[in-house]
Amino acid sequence: MAEGNTAAETKVQTKPKEKLFSKKNKRTLSDPLSDNNPITLQVLGICSALAVTVQVPTALVMSGAVVFVLTISNVAISLMRNKIPSKIRIIVELAVVATLVILVDQVLKAFLFDISKKLSVFVGLIITNCIILGRAEAFALQNKPWPSFLDGLGNALGYAIILLVVATGREILGSGSFFGFQLIPDSLYAAGYENMGLMVLSPGAFILLGLIIWGQRMISQKFEEN
Amino acid sequence: MKLILLFISAAVVNNFVLSYFLGICPFIGVSKKVSSAVSMGMAVTFVMTITAAVTWLIYHLILVPANLEILQYVSFILVISSLVQLVEMFVKKISKPLYDTLGIYLPLITTNCAILGLALFAVLREYNFMESLVYGIGAGAGFSLAIVIMAGIREELELAKVPKPFEGAGITMIVAASLALAFMGFAGLISV
Repeated sequence: MAEGNTAAETKVQTKPKEKLFSKKNKRTLSDPLSDNNPITLQVLGICSALAVTVQVPTALVMSGAVVFVLTISNVAISLMRNKIPSKIRIIVELAVVATLVILVDQVLKAFLFDISKKLSVFVGLIITNCIILGRAEAFALQNKPWPSFLDGLGNALGYAIILLVVATGREILGSGSFFGFQLIPDSLYAAGYENMGLMVLSPGAFILLGLIIWGQRMISQKFEEN
Repeated sequence: MKLILLFISAAVVNNFVLSYFLGICPFIGVSKKVSSAVSMGMAVTFVMTITAAVTWLIYHLILVPANLEILQYVSFILVISSLVQLVEMFVKKISKPLYDTLGIYLPLITTNCAILGLALFAVLREYNFMESLVYGIGAGAGFSLAIVIMAGIREELELAKVPKPFEGAGITMIVAASLALAFMGFAGLISV
């Protein structure tokens, strides 16, 4: 699913040429990247952000999967928004998302079996990722397909950025490597350096994400009101 | 004996929230007061127990014979969301105050990854019916334990001076980290 990611990035670069990107649409795409990041500011979709970030490759695949599911589900739900009866909308949304997740799961099993094994149930759990239902409820149900597409893409990329930052931190500190390549030289280990085992385990993930949330809110100066 | 071990394993050793990171959204969202945390824990435990039983039946009696295992995601999530609706109606009928406390979080149980995660783990580990039922109760108990402890700590935190950017989610993450550290102490209890 890595292609999904690169395709998304080229889209961002060609942005100024197209007329479709009015100022408002641009904001729809760029807001969730930092100022309104789904993880650090809206605090959604944390579960998978913590669970799949022991190593960078799994985090990358997971991000790709979420980018795919979130953009397509947003578009699909936005296309159907006038046809969905409001009482059963959650079930309809879940059915759309679950179908997309099945697709992703089958593709991963076919082409990236090792990583799909490592992600285990967390691919399936994309269905219950609060970001996806949250965006469908809050945005796609009220907006046209194109802004919904941008909103989905923006939020998914915002999610992906945090995921990759957490994964990079955990892999470097916890296993002394990046993307599987050893970063810390052997001589340092010989001199008594040790990997921080805590980072591989769950407390490390919580601490790291807590610090990232703190950093992000320091910079954007947006705080939670009681 | 095996079932008791399974219960302990699901409740404390491999706690859903603190070691599998499942169900973090309600864990952070509903842990401001102990009373609402208790009712959220109860609701989740209830839904988890029923889900474990129902999804086992669906998977082994319908999907496997029909060779349709790839449909497990769709069927599980639809079952869970209708179950949650059922629980919501039930709670509204028998206890209005409880319904008001749970508020918007009751429908949110649907998107609680712990519930779907439970169903998927039970399939992945090939539990039999009794095992998945006990696993469901244990996971629910573990979730309730974690969220109630968390709420207790957060009530005390109200009195502490937390730096502004850390307020809310930030400090909650750090507290969760120390809780997770504490729960790691249970790891030696059984080897599963």
